[in-house]
Amino acid sequence: MSSLSSITLATLTKDIRLEWRSKDAINSMLFFSLLVVVIFSFSFDPNAEESRQIVGGLIWVAFLFAAVVALNQTWARELRNQVLDAYRVSPAPANALFMAKVLGNFILVSLLESLMAPLFMIFYNLRALGPAWQLIPVAMLGTWALVVNGTFFAAMSLRTRSREIMLPLLLFPISIPAVQSMVEATRIILSGDGAARFWIVLLLTYDVVFTTACLALFETVLQAE
Amino acid sequence: MTVSASEIPAAAGIISVSNLVKQFGRFAALRGVTAEFDSGEFYAVLGDNGAGKTTLLRALAGLADPSSGTVSILGQNPRQACREIGYMAHPSLLYDEMSGMENLRYFARLYDILGDERCQHVIRSVGLDPGLARPVGKYSQGMRQRMSLARAILHDPKILLLDEPFSNVDVHSAGEMVGLLKTMRDGGKTIFVVTHQAALLEGVADEFVWMQAGHIVDRTRRLTADHSEAGKQ
Repeated sequence: MSSLSSITLATLTKDIRLEWRSKDAINSMLFFSLLVVVIFSFSFDPNAEESRQIVGGLIWVAFLFAAVVALNQTWARELRNQVLDAYRVSPAPANALFMAKVLGNFILVSLLESLMAPLFMIFYNLRALGPAWQLIPVAMLGTWALVVNGTFFAAMSLRTRSREIMLPLLLFPISIPAVQSMVEATRIILSGDGAARFWIVLLLTYDVVFTTACLALFETVLQAE
Repeated sequence: MTVSASEIPAAAGIISVSNLVKQFGRFAALRGVTAEFDSGEFYAVLGDNGAGKTTLLRALAGLADPSSGTVSILGQNPRQACREIGYMAHPSLLYDEMSGMENLRYFARLYDILGDERCQHVIRSVGLDPGLARPVGKYSQGMRQRMSLARAILHDPKILLLDEPFSNVDVHSAGEMVGLLKTMRDGGKTIFVVTHQAALLEGVADEFVWMQAGHIVDRTRRLTADHSEAGKQ
């Protein structure tokens, strides 16, 4: 196994162990998403057809806000005791740390999605009229888009005084094309209104472009004071 | 004995610092530091708060990029020479939620060190038990400092940069840590210790490097009573 992949794996394992012991991120994310589901279902009380039109936006906005919680936590634990400096003085590649954080956040947010999706289905009385299997690539590509940029911008805002505010300010505008693709693709699949292929390809392109850009720039962000 | 920096012969230094300036906004923490440091020596870096000791150490570790000037370690820049540098900061640089062994196992992977033997060896060498399952966050301050030292020496570096290793450590434990550092120096390592507890290093350190207002103002072989005054001249 190469140094990059073995250090990525070691860092990912360490992060999962820390999250398992503290449950800092997952508890906050679950609680937040649950609130969104319940409050919106009571506020709107839509019928099945209306639900298919709005739930794409609702579900992705809920996951986007919930992901911000995890994204802030992922770097916060590296700041305690200045542990990040121990990584910075080591010969380990910066991108191994970045990829481990992205994968860790991807696992966390995917776990949240798989727990919350059935609840959305129940509360909004949903049944997909289009090809339901396409929701899987939409969810995976959409989640990757959120976490890759989110992890990068969370690292960028790490040393700012109000990083909890800075992260959404940086992340949300740049995520607009991805969020629009996720929402449209989800709406089309649920309502059976045409084909979601264009939006899925757009999501894939977005992921490739931003993953490449983040990997190219992360070392500069990590070594910045 | 007090000698000025220029009187100490400049042998082939393992570390060479030339006109090093480090600014944070308008504040200059280092103001043109030039010095050579030899291999296998024990340096105690002393000075008041804000003198630039920690910034100098961070610049040597590659954690603070110079605003101007150069730092050369074994002929390379600090990041290229990172395998030869062990860095211990004032905070522990350890994950509080993991045990000492779990911490070292992770940091060992960053240096491509496989297996538990090396981790167990360094934990024993700082006087701790590798089998201790308690998370580092529940260690006493002295134990945390020792584990932090174990992390710094894990990859057997030639140069050790230690920032306040004896702070909040009882006299007995601090004495043991000094003994351990002396053994490492005798084994050929170059050691820098930033400390306010200079007396602990009397008779152990080869040189006391006195800093003030971002400059190295004095380098002495022994800690003398007029030492602090010498720095102010």
